[in-house]
Amino acid sequence: MWPLATRLGLRSWLGWRRGFTSKADPQGSGRVTAEVIEHLERLALVDFGSQEAVARLEKAIAFADRLRAVDTDGVEPMESVLEDRCLYLRSDSVVEGNCAEELLQNAHQVVEEYFVAPPGNISLPKQDEQEPFSDN
Amino acid sequence: MLGRTLREVSAALKQGQITPTELCQKCLSLIKKTKFLNAYITVSEEVALKQAEESEKRYKKGRSLGDLDGIPIAVKDNFSTSGIETTCASNMLKGYVPPYNATVVQKLLDQGAVLMGKTNLDEFAMGSGSTDGAFGPVKNPWSYSKQYREKRKQKPHGENEDSDWLITGGSSGGSAAAVAAFTCFAALGSDTGGSTRNPAAHCGVVGFKPSYGLVSRHGLIPLVNSMDVPGILTRCVDDAAIVLGMLAGHDPKDSTTIQDPVKPFTLPTLTDVSELCIGIPKEYLAPELSCEVRSFWSKAANLFESEGAKVIEVSLPHTSYSIVCYHVLCTSEVASNMARFDGLEYGHRCDINVSTEAMYAATRREGFNDVVRGRILAGNFFLLKENYENYFIKAQKVRRLIANDFVKVFNSGVDVLLTPTTLQEAAPYLEFIKEDNRTRSAQDDIFTQAVNMAGLPAVSVPVALSNQGLPIGLQFIGRAFCDQQLLKIAKWFEKQVQFPVIQLQELMNDGSSVSEIEKLASVSLKH
Repeated sequence: MWPLATRLGLRSWLGWRRGFTSKADPQGSGRVTAEVIEHLERLALVDFGSQEAVARLEKAIAFADRLRAVDTDGVEPMESVLEDRCLYLRSDSVVEGNCAEELLQNAHQVVEEYFVAPPGNISLPKQDEQEPFSDN
Repeated sequence: MLGRTLREVSAALKQGQITPTELCQKCLSLIKKTKFLNAYITVSEEVALKQAEESEKRYKKGRSLGDLDGIPIAVKDNFSTSGIETTCASNMLKGYVPPYNATVVQKLLDQGAVLMGKTNLDEFAMGSGSTDGAFGPVKNPWSYSKQYREKRKQKPHGENEDSDWLITGGSSGGSAAAVAAFTCFAALGSDTGGSTRNPAAHCGVVGFKPSYGLVSRHGLIPLVNSMDVPGILTRCVDDAAIVLGMLAGHDPKDSTTIQDPVKPFTLPTLTDVSELCIGIPKEYLAPELSCEVRSFWSKAANLFESEGAKVIEVSLPHTSYSIVCYHVLCTSEVASNMARFDGLEYGHRCDINVSTEAMYAATRREGFNDVVRGRILAGNFFLLKENYENYFIKAQKVRRLIANDFVKVFNSGVDVLLTPTTLQEAAPYLEFIKEDNRTRSAQDDIFTQAVNMAGLPAVSVPVALSNQGLPIGLQFIGRAFCDQQLLKIAKWFEKQVQFPVIQLQELMNDGSSVSEIEKLASVSLKH
């Protein structure tokens, strides 16, 4: 089902992942557990792909932890530098568009005026649910 | 002709000394000669020639559209350009052709500007070297300048001549290189953490970041919605002001643009700086700051003082946290903004068709490089329920503290702040890649990104050459929406320092070009 290259990549990747939890990262906060990794990968739909990437995340978190030193009692979060101004939205009336053909040209899989997506509602397999590989 | 300022060339076009088509062809030819710089991802030759032709017709009828009519410009490849591939230097968008123009691009085209091409950048504008794009790194034209090469000869180096080329800085490195190498008269960049000012300083050009809310972001593929602005790169401050005049103003398609009316303006010439108060933030005296940059910064402060301005030390107490705060906010917004790339409606799509999730995951693995993926994952971490308050909200609070620091300083009577733009001159590529993208960004953005957090206007002006013959720039930071005043002061300063022109004679050295330059240099322009 899956192209061979992806399966091979997945296999070696799974291998290091199983080994990961037994390694302690001396620089990291230890917060990036295997569960966190899996959770982030599902949320982001981007995989770590390597030990280095996890180490990088650990460093990023350690870097961000420096914010704890700042006293922010009584400070409101700032969402936009333009918070003191009124920013207006356009009125909800159609003034342009009608370019379905142009837009469809940028998509890889199209049927008539539809974008074709693979079936939804199928979650990514969990780590322990991965099939052992056989050459199919 | 290519070494002229925008204003001078515009005058030459109006007087018929050169036609838009000739100008366009000269630039195209120079782009071909400087191809090794890798400044351009797409050169829109046919489009450019067609636009030049139309401009020529207008000039013949005496109906030019304005100062930008017929002027070659370049646009960073994260601005959408209708009919021209827009990739953001990423595999994710290779082959993507937007069906619309970004507002700023449209405004330039409406003024008759001639689009030479789309310039190279770090992938999705993430980075400070223009080294991490899918089309390869951009080389700094100063690596090939006479000024740099002469200094190098004094040092023994037996290696291949080209292995020690320098980075342009980033992420708008392609735009900076394109302007520095005379292939266009102005280029658009984007500025989220210093991405316009950093390469401007390394390439010896002017890099201007407008106030957030002044220039439309519609069509700029977003990195951090609350901090991105389109940036302007030119060879002199006056040119940047001309371009700003055309681009600024409310856009109904971008609700974060302010409604205040903006008119094109001619930048007045400041002659007397004695009324000015220049602030020098003491926290910007970082230990990593190179001696040369520090010395130029100090000389600049003295220059203002000697001309009668009041120069005072000010404090921005939260400066040391601004990089961390930026890191959290940037990765969080990136995590959200990159979610749109799923391969379904545009961009790269993988071959997996098992399920939408599997397809999205594989598409994104294939389409994004490590830097982008790293930021997405970090951002998602900071946005997790258990982390949201401690990281994201905390960072937003710190952002307010940083913005307030600036407000306090400006309220105390300071007109502009004067700071370095970068820690040192452009580094050799081989040195630069020794550290990863995040580390480099954290180091190199130190002077520039607090400005984005506060949404203030800032400009990097090239000051002088270092001992190695490389450009050093200094940054001026202005009050919100006082862009004109900021540019006025920058223009005065630029005139005082008289930054040298890059000598790329080896490139220009084919019989015809050299004699043309000599011929035109002797023509006096009558306004």
